[in-house]
Amino acid sequence: MRLSGAKALVKSLEDEGVEVIFGIPGGAILPVYDALHDSSIRHILVRHEQCAAHAADGYARASGRVGVCMATSGPGATNLVTGIATAYMDSSPIVAITGQVARHMIGRDAFQEADIIGITTPITKYSFQIQSAEEVPRVVKEAFYLATEGRPAPVLIDFPVDVQREEAEMDFDAKISPHLNKVVKEPHPLQVKRAAEILLNAERPVILAGGGVILSNASEELRALAELLMIPVTVTLMGKGAFPENHPLYIGRIGMHGSAAANKLIMEADVILAVGTRFSDRSTGRFDAFARDATLIHVDIDAAEIGKNIKPEIPIVADAKHALKAIYEAAKELARKRDSSTWLQRVKEVKESLEKTGQNSADELSPKNLIREIRRLLPADGIVTTGVGRNQMWASLYLEVYHPRTFITSGGLGTMGFGLPAALGAKVAKPNSIVVDIDGDGSFLMTERELATSIAENIPIIAVILNDGWLGMVKYWQDLFYGRRYCATCLKRGIPDFVKLAEAYGANAARPQSLEEFSKAFKEAMSSDRTTVIDVWINPDEPVLPFAPPGRSLAEMIIDLREVRRGGS
Amino acid sequence: MEARRVKKPLHVISFIVENKPGVLFRVAWLIRRRNFNIESISVGPTENANISRMTITLYGDEPTVEQVVKQLRKLVDVLKVSRLDPDNTVIREMALVKVHVPDPAARADLDYYVRAFRGRIVDLSPDAAIVEVTGTPQKIDAFIELMRSFGIKELARTGATALPRSPKE
Repeated sequence: MRLSGAKALVKSLEDEGVEVIFGIPGGAILPVYDALHDSSIRHILVRHEQCAAHAADGYARASGRVGVCMATSGPGATNLVTGIATAYMDSSPIVAITGQVARHMIGRDAFQEADIIGITTPITKYSFQIQSAEEVPRVVKEAFYLATEGRPAPVLIDFPVDVQREEAEMDFDAKISPHLNKVVKEPHPLQVKRAAEILLNAERPVILAGGGVILSNASEELRALAELLMIPVTVTLMGKGAFPENHPLYIGRIGMHGSAAANKLIMEADVILAVGTRFSDRSTGRFDAFARDATLIHVDIDAAEIGKNIKPEIPIVADAKHALKAIYEAAKELARKRDSSTWLQRVKEVKESLEKTGQNSADELSPKNLIREIRRLLPADGIVTTGVGRNQMWASLYLEVYHPRTFITSGGLGTMGFGLPAALGAKVAKPNSIVVDIDGDGSFLMTERELATSIAENIPIIAVILNDGWLGMVKYWQDLFYGRRYCATCLKRGIPDFVKLAEAYGANAARPQSLEEFSKAFKEAMSSDRTTVIDVWINPDEPVLPFAPPGRSLAEMIIDLREVRRGGS
Repeated sequence: MEARRVKKPLHVISFIVENKPGVLFRVAWLIRRRNFNIESISVGPTENANISRMTITLYGDEPTVEQVVKQLRKLVDVLKVSRLDPDNTVIREMALVKVHVPDPAARADLDYYVRAFRGRIVDLSPDAAIVEVTGTPQKIDAFIELMRSFGIKELARTGATALPRSPKE
């Protein structure tokens, strides 16, 4: 079949099952947009390329399918960078397609030329620059393969505009290069057996589930293993949703702002089975203090993650789903009963004694009350995205999550402004689910323009802004560690007026003054087919607790701020 | 550098990559990104025109070298990574040294050293000579030390390249 490079790209995307592309056109990608005109693929015109990448990322995280974003050369491509980096840090599979100046102009600093391959090499699994039109079908196949195979990641396709126009005989049955397949999915049987033995003999075991459990759709296998051996389960921020949080074996999330019980219990564990986690410093606290006396079993599909931050006794390179299943089978085969009662009793005591910690202020419109109310009203399959900062930590602490892929947050990069565009992407992926962005005022303002996309493209979501008028997390650190010298953190609440702003975009808006008014506004928003912004003014001095300060061990977490204020930081 | 050499052993990592644009960039980027302090890197074609061989040498502890190997394996264009055991590996490096030899006595001394190291004088001018010497990195180091007495005007080293010896019957 003889086609232009641009038409071949669109056909290849259709063949990959792509239903939607988030993007913004420009000169160097116009042939592709012209070809899209005849395609069944829906194009969603965002208002800034960063949000095209975040929306594709939100789409990927909510659906498990590859998210696709597209931009023109130069500034269009560079605007994608923050979104690609966000997806990279959280192992989210997206394919970014960028226009590029014509081949003979590359390297001449042409108008709107940027070396996007050079710029994105550190934040993609791979990047292709298409050199001739006939490569298109194979490159698209390889890009989608690489994005999803093994540890998911962004892949970039840079497409010079003259190659988009060039015609060539296309082979849509082209095979991907065989050397791309390097992934080991099945765990080593001997390691599995050792892991099962160690878990069965453990006195105080804990399972730590990371985002990899969600990425490999291994929640069922995780639950089965935990229930078989009666092992308490904690998660990382990225693992939130991997295990139902109303399950009796759930002990909360670990981390700098993890739950007090989870942080305490994981430091007491004698065996930790860590699955699909890269031991981020935000999860573990000081590396040398984490799990120092525990036997660590580490399952990850990325061999380079094993031993990178923390050295395990039992490394298992495998897909989380396969590994969890194999350990389950091995443990079952050994058919021994674990005496779990003493440890579970201790877990219960710790949970109960620390349940009341990490409280918010007594304000009616405290983040805790608001987030608990959202959970009460939101169906179990409702999806929550977050901004970054205190809003994100409160959401992760107080929102119980029951299903994988229903809590979407920028964990690794911590990208403020992620919440709104990610919510749009999630809503496009799951149109029948209610999607809520729990955001902060500072974070929301970074991508607020996407309200225009939401209205124009009819993608209704609910944005709840926990508005404190500050860059609240930074202010909080200034409170605790910089003697309350507030340098450049006050946003001056009321600028802008989020109700008027939302209305200017054509969205519904409310500014509730009580929890009752909030519930009413939220219920109305859930039944509306139009995006709603709920602006809630919260106490700017609201703490985020517990808090294991940076560079300290999880065991040194602050539970009560009075300890800090008395003793200095 | 000298202090490190005393403490940590030399490691040789040999890997083959697809011979296409950008591969060296990706490897160089990876080394910078992960803060790996390498001693040398060399690259050249192999018996297969589509494949190049790269060789990295570094002084480092075991976890660092393991990370280098694992991170290299992750690169899409990298086909195979091997750690070579220095005792069972042929390692060679080449150096060109331009030295100051203004008089016949110096030239005679130079000739003596070059023979001892099985090098070659490949260029001579009235007051300078270029010497080519090949061998293990340690041998090159030793040779360069000797050349300092003449006054080194310029120096170029290729970095080490290596192949494992065939297993003995």
